[in-house]
Order: sequence, then C-alpha cells, then structure tokens
Amino acid sequence: MMSRNIQLDEQGRLRHFLSIEGLKRSLLVDILDLAESFAGVTEQAVKKVPLLRGKTIVNLFFEASTRTRVTFELAAKRLSADVLNINIDASSTVKGETLLDTLQNLEAMHCDMFVVRHADSGAAHFIAQHVLPHVHVINAGDGRHAHPTQAMLDMFTIRRVKGVFAPLTVAIVGDIMHSRVARSQINALTTLGVNEVRVIAPKTLIPKEVETMGVHVYHDLRQGLRDADVVIALRLQYERMQGAMLPSEHEYFQLYGLTEEKLALAKPDAIIMHPGPINRGVEIASDVADGPRSVILQQVTHGIAVRMAVMAMAMGSMPGRDG
Amino acid sequence: MRLWIRNGRLIDPATKLDAVQDLWIADGRIIASGSAPAGFEAERSIDAGGLVVCPGLVDLCARLREPGQEYKATIATETAAAAAAGITTLICPPDTDPVIDTPAVANLIQRRAQAAGKARVLTVGALTQGLESTQLSEMGALKEAGCVAMSNAGRPIANTLVMRRAMEYAATHALTVFLHAEDPWLSNHGCMHEGQVSNRLGLAGIPEATETVAVARDLALVQQTGVRAHFCRLSTTQAVRMVARAQYDGLPVTADVSAHHLHLTEIDIGDFDSQCHVLPPLRTQRDRDGLRGGLARGTLLAICSDHQPHEADAKLAPFAATAAGISALESLLPLSLRLVEDGVMSLMEVISRLSYQPARLLGVEAGTLGVGAVADLCLFNPDEEWEFAAQHMHSRGHNTPFTGWQFKGRTVMTVFSGNIVFEREIAPPGQF
Repeated sequence: MMSRNIQLDEQGRLRHFLSIEGLKRSLLVDILDLAESFAGVTEQAVKKVPLLRGKTIVNLFFEASTRTRVTFELAAKRLSADVLNINIDASSTVKGETLLDTLQNLEAMHCDMFVVRHADSGAAHFIAQHVLPHVHVINAGDGRHAHPTQAMLDMFTIRRVKGVFAPLTVAIVGDIMHSRVARSQINALTTLGVNEVRVIAPKTLIPKEVETMGVHVYHDLRQGLRDADVVIALRLQYERMQGAMLPSEHEYFQLYGLTEEKLALAKPDAIIMHPGPINRGVEIASDVADGPRSVILQQVTHGIAVRMAVMAMAMGSMPGRDG
Repeated sequence: MRLWIRNGRLIDPATKLDAVQDLWIADGRIIASGSAPAGFEAERSIDAGGLVVCPGLVDLCARLREPGQEYKATIATETAAAAAAGITTLICPPDTDPVIDTPAVANLIQRRAQAAGKARVLTVGALTQGLESTQLSEMGALKEAGCVAMSNAGRPIANTLVMRRAMEYAATHALTVFLHAEDPWLSNHGCMHEGQVSNRLGLAGIPEATETVAVARDLALVQQTGVRAHFCRLSTTQAVRMVARAQYDGLPVTADVSAHHLHLTEIDIGDFDSQCHVLPPLRTQRDRDGLRGGLARGTLLAICSDHQPHEADAKLAPFAATAAGISALESLLPLSLRLVEDGVMSLMEVISRLSYQPARLLGVEAGTLGVGAVADLCLFNPDEEWEFAAQHMHSRGHNTPFTGWQFKGRTVMTVFSGNIVFEREIAPPGQF
C-alpha cells in the first residue's frame, strides 16, 4: 500500500516541503524559477514583497543553527510575514513535554507555517502528519534524513553558474553517512537529471547500498574528482561520529581534503561548494574555500531567495496567482 | 464444563490427524474423539461444522506488561486478547519490572494469570540478576517456581565469559536457554535494518552482522557447554543458515520467528511508519524469503507473536524515538494462515508450528488433541474473509501495522482447560 506524498495537495501542488524525494523535476524547476525572480527582490533597495502579509511563520529549531535560521527569518520577513523564532533545547522535550505537546501549544497560537529543524530523522514528516490542515511545514533539517532547502539553494547556485544540469558531473566529497545535505543533494541532482553524481569518502562514511540512490561510489578522491564540473565538500560532522570512523583529521585532510593540487584534476571551470560551516584544513584548504572557483558565499546569499520561493509556494501565494 | 464439539475438522499435528470428527471434553480434558463416550451428557453442544478445531496456540513470546507497565496492558487484558486470538498458552519473557529473577515474581504472574483464567501463562526466568549481565540468577529456584526456560530477554549479554557461565549453569539444571542474538556494539543504537531504506530515510541502521556475529558466538558456546539453546526471533537468512548448519552438526539448537518477520520487510517502513518499528528490525525481501524457507524446512521450529502492546503515545514521535514492537497476539493466526495461501507450508504444518512444536520445545502439556490431553482448543473458520483493524483489537495495545489487511481465517471460539474463554458472535448470513 503506497500512501500519497504528504508534501503535495490533491492538485499536486506543494503543501509542505519535507524532502526532495518524490518531487517531480518540473516542481523543482518551478522553485528555482521563482527563486530567480525573488533574487531580484533581494538585490533591490526595498527588499520586501507583500506576498505573505498577515501570515505568521514559526521557526521551530530543536537543534542549534545560525545560518539556516537567519536566512529563513530573512526570507519570511522579505515576504512580509510575521516571524517567531523558537529555539527549544532538546532537553526540554526530555522533561516530559512531547514533540506533539509542543506542536499543539504552538498551533493554539494560530500560526500558518512551521519551519522545523530537529535532530531526529523523520521529525518534519511526523509534524506534517499531525498539524492542522491549514498549517504548512518546511523541513530545515531532520537528523540525517533531509535538508531540502539547502539542496535547492545548491541547485540554484549550480544553475546560475552552469546554466543547465544535463551535462554536469557532480562530485560530493565527505561524510555522506551522516549528511542530510548529501541525501537531499543526491535526490535533487538525480531528479534534475545531471549526467553523473559521485560520492567520495572512505567506506566508514559511505552508507550501505547508497548506489540505489543513483550515485557512483569512489574511495579515491583523485579518481572521483577527475573531470568534475561541480565539487561539493561536506562538513566533517564530529558531533555525529560514534565509534571509530576515522583515524585522525590529519589523515582525512591528506586523503580527502580539497586542495588546489587535487582540484587540478577537475574541469578547469569547476566550481567548489560547501554547505557550511566549513572546517578549514579538515575537509577543505583555506585557499580553495576563499579561491576564485569557490561559490560558498554565493550559496548563502541564494539561500534567502530559495527559501522565499519555497515558503511562498507552500503557502499557495505565488506572484501573479490567486492566493 | 462438559462439551460436545460436533462436526469440526479436527487437525492434530501430534498425530497428523486431519478429519471431520466429534470431540468430547470433561473436567478440563479431552475424553474422547470420533466415538462418543458412554453416558456422556453435554452441558453444551457446539456445532463446529465448517470450522477447524485445532490445539490452542502456544505463543513463545508475549509481553503482558505486568508487573511494571500496567499503563500499557495487564495480564487480565492481554490474556483476554490471547483468548480472542485462539492462543491458550503464553510464554512471558523476564523483562518485567521487577525482572523475573526471583520465584516471587514468577509466582505473582502465575497468580494473576490464574485469577484472570483466560490463558496459561508460563514464565521465562532471567539468566542474570536484573538482566544486568553480571551475576547469574538463582536458576534452580526459578525452575522450581515453574520457569520453563532462561533468557536475558532483549538485553544481550555482551561479556562472553558471563554468557558461557550462564549457559553452563543453565545446563546444570537441564534448562533451555532462550537467546536474543544481538551484538550490541554492532547494533549501535540503530532503529531499523541497515540498507537501502535506512539510507534513504537517514535512520541509523542495524546491520545483518548484528545478528550473525551473536549467533556465531553463541553457537560456539553451545558447542562448548552442551546447553539446550533456542534462538528467539531470527531476522536474517544468514542466521537461519548458520542455525541449520549447527543442527546438521548435531548441536541442540532450535529457533523461532515472529509472524511479522514472515510478511513485512524494510520497505513497509515507507515514510517513517512507527508501527513497523520492531526489534530485531524488519529486513529485506531476501531475508523474509529466507525466513519462510527456514520455517518450511524446520530450521525455524515455531512462529511466535512477539507481542508488545504499547499505549498510543509510545508510537507518536519521530521514528527512532518511538517504542519498538507490535501488539501482535491477534494477528498471529491470520498471518500464519496466510502462509498456507502463499504456498509456504500446509495447514497441518502451520498449526504444528503454532501449537505442537512450541509445546514440545518447552516440554509442556499442550498442543495436542489426543485423548487425555488438556482441553485447550482453537476453533477457527478457515474461509471467513475479514479486514484487520486496530480499533477492533481486544489487546490494550492498538499498535499494529496490519490495519486494513485482508485476512482469510478467523477465530470463532477458544477453549482453555475445558472452559469456553472466547466466543465470537457470528452475524447471520448476509449481515455484518
């Protein structure tokens, strides 16, 4: 028994944004196109559009975050929504109040959208299954599962630089195992139809049966970088590491750290991306992160327009369309 | 009660009897089958035409939640649910609170079950005190108190030396050891099978080796200690092969499987369905097929429910934060009967694995329709088609992934020690 995708309404329009998985290419392209129109807004002197005036958006963060929360907040404000930031220490849910209790208390305050970050995979799905029908949920990162707005801002960045997806070879380097960003990027890249997605890491950081997601696995960084158009480094998330996964940061940098020397194997016009925050000298050398091929700061800027697009679409408030 | 059960299709795996015959019951025992005993006057005569009459089911693993977790369920509620499911003997693992590591706790459970009077509850004693894997429990006293086997329930004994000593001591008392095959380091707080779906959902995986490493270690210790060992709820094809090999080599080992592992796979978790959160985890389709094969060949001796009733809140959270387990008593028979439809084994064999074989494993008097046997019976309609629904369950726990499943075959009446403990109102034809 296949349940329908809870992210979509009966007409197939976006209702929640929980995961890239299961979304059609045309919908991802709609998000990118709308983000493109908002990117213009954010570059103007008056940076606001009135699309979500009178709506209340709650940033519900059960896990610490700066960049993601701030860009969501800016995105909501530029859409003229009222924004509430709630940071909930994971320990308060341990004290007896369940996630559902927290949610129902907030719903009683009549909000229209939850932007949720949570340490448990599936938390955003769980919340979306239990909110009132008029409330929308955006996943701002759940455990190791998904971080779909991050993946979309990466796609936006790639499209701005490269124009098209079809001919691209994209290499994702690092802790694939623990990375919600990597999972969402892989789903987005394969849905948008790039030529090849590679994941590069030692076996301890590659999840079992990752090939079923449509990627090629490399354990040798040099081989994996060869002729790549886009190279994405992932943060080495020490806090998620349990057990003996790597011998040392030093060896990791030697074998998997991105350096100019190793990147010489990629295409000359390859771009270097990173979802941040970066560990200089661990997964990426400083001269690469700050170098001419790096688009790391552009990614951050694009985050605002992409999040505006996703919020507006989920709320059914597209420019030029009836709300 | 003096019962005359007429025209039922008697299926008795102990004697391989499969025939339409009458059955006479008095003083809690079967006193005759086929031909009426002289001068028998029935207090009640039951028309079992069209029904299968088989031994009451013997479930090798059912958590009743009492003592300690009465907010989830009680012995009274769960034995009533067992009766509704045709189960007359339940084996209760020792992870109650307090743990079954003293005769007092074993006796308490017996008393409560007797007071409820719906089913026989047999206890498994703790292998180590408090299930803490450090000190051996008083197995001699526990055996005296009626414990039918020893186990550490779901808590793996990581220290191999403690496991060896526990096996040796259990063997001293001729006790069977129930083993939960899990290497705790490899399971590493995982919550589902490590593979395609865990990767897709970003959930921490429990690799196949969690089970196979533990089975390999325990088989080596069984060989050394000579203890009679039974692996509970195997979940992987690979582990079934290892046990088959050990049986071939003559080791005194048996194993069982839960009914849900014979039907569900990792795929059923879909988008984080917490009703499919179970331990050991649902594995691949290949594993499910391997378990079915192992059952058909006899490597896996019995099908159990692995009943774990929960309150609704226990399943209302992100997947990893939910409690594992299914309220499974009432789906045991229908899921097992589906194996007949699926061509895995015959009806006779399925009934055997639900009654005669587990009873024989425990050495308890149950699981047969022979004259003189305790009158524990399950009467079910093999042709009735029905839809399973959580809200109609008798168990206090409504946590099931089987809501909406169409089943064929349904319990109509359950007789426990000669008393009718469950009887379903049957709607007249054409009515629901």
